[in-house]
Amino acid sequence: MSNEATLHSQQEVMHGAHDHHDHEHHHEDSFISKYVFSMDHKMIAKQFLITGIVWAIIGAFFSVLFRLQLGFPDATFPWLESILGHWAKGGRITAEAYYALVTMHGTILVFFVLTAGLSGTFSNLLIPLQVGARDMASPFMNCLSYWFFFLASLVMMASLFVQTGPASGGWTMYPPLSALGDASIGSKIGVDLWLTSMALFVVSQLLGGLNYISTILNMRTKGMAMTKMPLTIWSFFFTAILGVLSFPVLLSGFILLLMDRHAGTSFYLSDIFIAGKALANEGGSAILYQHLFWFLGHPEVYIIILPAMGMVSEVLAVSSRKPIFGYLAMIGSLFAICILAFLVWAHHMFVTGLNPFLGAFFVLLTLLIAVPSAIKVFNWITTIWKGNINFTPASLFSIGFVSTFISGGLTGIWLGNSSIDIHLHDTMFVIAHFHIVMGVSAFFGMFAGIYHWFPKLYGRFMNSTIGYIHFWVTMVGAYLIFWPMHYEGMAGMPRRYYDVSNWASFKQFGGLNEFITIVVILVFAVQLLFVFNFFYSIFKGRKMTTKNPWHATSLEWTTPIHAGHGNWPGEIPEVYRWAYDYSKDGRDFIPQTEPIGPNEEVH
Amino acid sequence: MDTMTLEQRKKIHPHKYSLWIAMGSITMMFIGFTSAYIVKRSQANWLAFELPHIFWISTAVILTSSLTIHLALKQFRGRNMQRYKQLITLTAILGVVFAVCQWIGFSQLKAMGLPLNGPVSASFIYVIVGVHMLHVLGGVIALLIMFGRAYRTRIRTYSAVPIEVAATYWHFVDVLWIYLLIFLSIAR
Repeated sequence: MSNEATLHSQQEVMHGAHDHHDHEHHHEDSFISKYVFSMDHKMIAKQFLITGIVWAIIGAFFSVLFRLQLGFPDATFPWLESILGHWAKGGRITAEAYYALVTMHGTILVFFVLTAGLSGTFSNLLIPLQVGARDMASPFMNCLSYWFFFLASLVMMASLFVQTGPASGGWTMYPPLSALGDASIGSKIGVDLWLTSMALFVVSQLLGGLNYISTILNMRTKGMAMTKMPLTIWSFFFTAILGVLSFPVLLSGFILLLMDRHAGTSFYLSDIFIAGKALANEGGSAILYQHLFWFLGHPEVYIIILPAMGMVSEVLAVSSRKPIFGYLAMIGSLFAICILAFLVWAHHMFVTGLNPFLGAFFVLLTLLIAVPSAIKVFNWITTIWKGNINFTPASLFSIGFVSTFISGGLTGIWLGNSSIDIHLHDTMFVIAHFHIVMGVSAFFGMFAGIYHWFPKLYGRFMNSTIGYIHFWVTMVGAYLIFWPMHYEGMAGMPRRYYDVSNWASFKQFGGLNEFITIVVILVFAVQLLFVFNFFYSIFKGRKMTTKNPWHATSLEWTTPIHAGHGNWPGEIPEVYRWAYDYSKDGRDFIPQTEPIGPNEEVH
Repeated sequence: MDTMTLEQRKKIHPHKYSLWIAMGSITMMFIGFTSAYIVKRSQANWLAFELPHIFWISTAVILTSSLTIHLALKQFRGRNMQRYKQLITLTAILGVVFAVCQWIGFSQLKAMGLPLNGPVSASFIYVIVGVHMLHVLGGVIALLIMFGRAYRTRIRTYSAVPIEVAATYWHFVDVLWIYLLIFLSIAR
């Protein structure tokens, strides 16, 4: 019932009919309704975040395991056999286990951590708080969204423990390998569980996305025009639109794949021989799956990066005490990225036999994305230019984001050219590109968000010293890991290969690969330090004493330190100005709730 | 105060808004299916055939159900709860009849020598029509919940929002079916 109660009180407050002082008392909270099946967007955000952290540890640990194989292909590690059993006989990861680890690393990081863990956490936390709403448009659907994600997590987790192992055909799950159980050990029940889990995941994303969009469009407090919203909200808005429009198409592709696996249809299969035996399937097209997959797959990378962009914009403005540079240009470029995201999917398929004439259009549209991206980078730099920067861990990670976004984005211009892609596709160059621009950058945005809004989440601060160690090791480490991969890729070293030491041309990278693996282990250890800091600070961190520790203008800092369900004990504050009045008229910052003065200019 | 109330009235209810976005989302799913269909059709070995005739009967059924749910909404607004209950029951029954018709259509296809694991053009019909049928059945479940609410004695709700949401969704799956039928008839 809290749904109706929340909505009801929301409307009354918007009517301005009378004061409410009893929002927290609408319903009694039991342990279950407060911590488990909570409908409070702040609790759901914490659930998404902690589930995401658990997945991130697992996903990152998998990368350590397969990096051991890539860095030390001839060495044996007996402890591996004790945790992986027959998947690491004699202390060396088997080829099947290697493929499974690579596949799961991709799936977990792309979907479970950087989609659910990132936008799930911060859209839930910040949308109602920053637009001035008591809760989401439908708190019940929001709760469902988390629990569908949880179910998806359980199924994916279960797939790690089945006898034939999890899905191992790569996170893109291309048929025919993924469609035929007989094709490989990793294409058996692991793929069914993978598809089931992903279907649940899509449902979770859709429920969440619907809520985010309708909350932003419908439940803003009085005075909060769209152009007064913080850029975080704009980025979550476009993220949700991308998700709502592209995930269903992925689901269509998965349904057809499931039919191919179990109903004997031939959507993706044609003229296939397994172990010398011809299959009956005829008339299908494997490329069809790739079109359906990448129609989601490309928007997916923006689903991952846009929330990070939004949070970085906010953190940079707050920590450099300057208004964001080019607010409208920032919104415009988010919009442009959102449109272009749907028009470039075939650049993942340049070498599949795509018509080169068609490819030329996809090259053009792909390179066009550089324009809004460059506008954003320019605006971030001009925002901190001559600013009075507080180098908090959050602002360091935001600056780190801008750095990795530039260096990873530039290699995207290489890969976006269909002719250069003929040489570079499926090499370590691609790995280097997308890990820097999407993986590391999105993580930096996420870290910035966690450090910045941790006080809002738990009423305490995270330890800054550990935060600085975390930042510098991660920043330097990320470049040490991925920079050398560009050279490996340009020399033609393929991605996904179990062991490249058999080739004379790639043997020269043996030392480099060892080096990368050692840095990976180091960086992984520092992430564990961050996790320790996170959980330690929940209980023992320095307590928050003022409502607005960062002296920020936006609405979330007007709520009490431990806000109940409904966020504001009294009326929802009214908004009069945009969120970026920093260093204006001789004042450090002016909150959004302060009316415009008589002689004041509106931004 | 009055102007603010007016402003409030102009805004649509968040649940209705969510529904519109959800409909966009479902549309994207079927755009995915139908564009896959078009891509596949332009390739070799495409087998064209007539759709089962029962699909026209199911079209008549779902059109009628759209009319009954529209009348149900009118009766709810007029507080004729008895008529309202009858009409949503009728709508739910028509929804089930629609699903049964589609199922008969599947067996007719099979009888024509076009099973699910047959030619790709037939497999598409099964999947597209099947997924649409699931969406109609989802609407039937929503109507059953409304029905339960209408008989509840302890809490009575007079908000028209739930029935409006259900009715909009119902018209949506109706229009979606018309689109699919036209698409599948033309692009054979």
